[in-house]
Amino acid sequence: MSLVNFTTREITCKIVYYGPGRSGKTTNLQYVYGRVPDDRRGRMVSLATQTDRTLFFDFLPLELGSISGFTTRFQLYTVPGQVYYNATRKLVLQGADGVVFVADSQARQLEENVESLQNLQENLLAQGAEVRAMPLVFQYNKQDLPQDLVLSTQELDDALNFWGVPSFPAAALSGTGVFETLKAASELVLRKLSQEEPA
Amino acid sequence: MTEELNPKFSFETLVVGAANRLAVTAARTVAESPGTAYNPLFVYSPTGLGKTHLLMAVGQLAKELVPQVRVEYLTIDEFVEAYNAAVAAGQSEALRSRYAQVEVLLVDDVQFLTHRREMQAELLRITQELQSAGKQIVLTSDSPPSEIEDLDERLLSRFDAGLLVDIAPPDAETRLAILLRRAEERGAVFGDGVLQAVAEFEVPNVRELLGLLNKLVAYQAVSESPITPDGAAELLAGEVRTEVPMTTGPAPALMDPGEREAAPPEARPDEFADFLSDVAHTVEEQVDVWRSKLGKAIMRWEAEGYRTARLEQLLDQDMPIAVERVLRQYERDIERLRSTQATMTKLDAERAEDPIFYDPDCLEEVDQLVQTALQEVGPPPGPSAAWALSSFVGGESNKVAHSAAQAVVAQPGTRYNPLVFAGPTGVGKTHLLHAIGHELAGGPDAVVACLSAQQLIDELVEAIDGERVDAWRTRYRRATAFLLDDAHLLVGKERTQEELFHLFNELFESQRQLVFTMAGVPHEVEGLDDRLISRLEGGLVVNVASPDRELRRAIVVGKLEQDFGAADEELADYLAARPADSIRGVLGLLQRVAVAAEAQGVLPNAALAREMVEGAAPPRPRVSTGVRTSGIMISPSGGVRSREKMVWFWPDPAQRVIEEMT
Repeated sequence: MSLVNFTTREITCKIVYYGPGRSGKTTNLQYVYGRVPDDRRGRMVSLATQTDRTLFFDFLPLELGSISGFTTRFQLYTVPGQVYYNATRKLVLQGADGVVFVADSQARQLEENVESLQNLQENLLAQGAEVRAMPLVFQYNKQDLPQDLVLSTQELDDALNFWGVPSFPAAALSGTGVFETLKAASELVLRKLSQEEPA
Repeated sequence: MTEELNPKFSFETLVVGAANRLAVTAARTVAESPGTAYNPLFVYSPTGLGKTHLLMAVGQLAKELVPQVRVEYLTIDEFVEAYNAAVAAGQSEALRSRYAQVEVLLVDDVQFLTHRREMQAELLRITQELQSAGKQIVLTSDSPPSEIEDLDERLLSRFDAGLLVDIAPPDAETRLAILLRRAEERGAVFGDGVLQAVAEFEVPNVRELLGLLNKLVAYQAVSESPITPDGAAELLAGEVRTEVPMTTGPAPALMDPGEREAAPPEARPDEFADFLSDVAHTVEEQVDVWRSKLGKAIMRWEAEGYRTARLEQLLDQDMPIAVERVLRQYERDIERLRSTQATMTKLDAERAEDPIFYDPDCLEEVDQLVQTALQEVGPPPGPSAAWALSSFVGGESNKVAHSAAQAVVAQPGTRYNPLVFAGPTGVGKTHLLHAIGHELAGGPDAVVACLSAQQLIDELVEAIDGERVDAWRTRYRRATAFLLDDAHLLVGKERTQEELFHLFNELFESQRQLVFTMAGVPHEVEGLDDRLISRLEGGLVVNVASPDRELRRAIVVGKLEQDFGAADEELADYLAARPADSIRGVLGLLQRVAVAAEAQGVLPNAALAREMVEGAAPPRPRVSTGVRTSGIMISPSGGVRSREKMVWFWPDPAQRVIEEMT
């Protein structure tokens, strides 16, 4: 997909929040949504089940206005975390410019994190993309839970972050680390602008 | 409109750092050559970073270089005022024509054009007029043109077509440099580390930095004890307005779960704005990175005098380009230009200064020019085809020389370089020299220079006379092999020796084969430059001795077979027995016998030879011929005529005769 359209002078970035079920992806988007001035945000589309689990995906468009003469838009998506929605995840992942992997910091969720990360790799490979080439950041969510329940940032880095990409501790409910994560992902995505030769 | 430029605002008083280097270099370039480099030059930065200073510096320098140049500095406010006044007086045309006279127009604070459509149209008209007349325009603003609200698209594209450069807030080192310079200007002296402490404050602009300095000066004036670095930091801490830091830094502190519910979302009110500013910063950097790279490259190459039209055209584009690839190609082209120009300089220094040698878009024309010049110079004289290596008759006396020649042909430039054949005249040195040349000339792209030293001297004299020495040198420096006959003739010819010395070095360094023949080994040739001697002796010096009887016989047999199809054994034995100190002598005698035989209508034979030799008249007294040369000539009939003396020993030593052959 075209991340930047120099003819119409538009930049569109699609960032996908990936991760196991209940890791806090939608919470991240909701927090962002809550911080965006009304005129900058589009309608957040959330297709959820009755128990508030994401059924299809969440979509939050952000209008960042004109930057250096480019109309800049961010589109934030989440994927459904549950294992059986892989077809949807693949669909959402298509054309992603960057990925935020939201991991659940709870020690007992480690396996789900690993599985979801493997699933991300597989789905990217299926699209002919590689994790290494994809702007990726980790967010270790729920760090606000009691320390004996959660793994430290270091432990999670060791377990998940094989590529040494930026990682952030977070407590998405209160917003801690949410924007830091988004900023890092955005920067990685935008830095690719100058590396990619225009068509 | 004012023509007054503040003399304090010059390039000399401007502190240059990483943050403003590009802008200063660009400004200096346009001041030095108004209207030719970047037109318009558009400098933007937040306030207090030296835009006005830079603008005035351009005016000062332009005036300094060309005192009669008409420079006008104006702010948009002044422009508006002047325009309104002119319109009110019905003199708007007069105002326009006044601007049209300006050669360097400096416009400050362009951002004030926002929402002033008529003024924008007026500025557009003036810009168009000045640009088309090749006049320079420099503009400043607090934001890039694309971010000036409600700016006419035509003005925008015009500004974009020039060079856009920004000035960032100064870094710590630049801040320190500014403080040191200003403190010195004001005669203020501070203790060690004080200004360094002030420079640590990340003030957003220079004005505020100077404000800190002012405060420090004032404080020190009333203070009894000198101010310390810590004291300065403490004093100024409350004064400093620093920019909002960017994103990087430690991860945010996490709240206790208990605090979580209580924390109102408003606790982080600027998160989105902060995010937005971050994104904007990154986008700006990334989107304009190619333009900035291109701008820097243009400045660099223009400063070196090269035409950068190709790069400038790209700056006009909205679409970013694969800048690295374009620049790599441009640099390759410049390299090619440089090397071609170097060749041309040697051929014709005057023509090498043609502007075309500074235009990478004219590579083909440049190549053509050099080719033409090369053709005019012509190739160096080559070896004669008359002497082939295969026709060289080898024997004991020339065995080493023969094998060295073969080795050189097999491995030119590497096996024996230089190769020097030393020996008396007429022993086959010239034959070997030309034979080597002939063999080497068969190689791909070979340019073999093969000539006598006398010819070299004559050519140099002629080149000096015609002021074409450079071209003469180029002619030989192109050679892939250089073979010089009778190098001892260079004795007393100092200039030619000098030229040969340089030529030798150049060819030798690039492993091109050098072969020389000389009357004796180099160090025995009196009057030859020591530098040349040491170089010649640094290769292989082979003595070629007079032919022995066996070799003489082989030569006679070979010649008889060549000319008559078969050799008369008796004749061969008889002639081989005649003493001769050179091959040429043997061949000369044979030639005489052949001519006599032809006159009598018989084949050359021993009896005829005996009659000629033994019945020969007593020799005339020997006449010195001065410098001896190989002087051998090929007659149209294929025979060899020689003006060499011949010496042989009669069987009876008492009857020794020396005969001068003519």
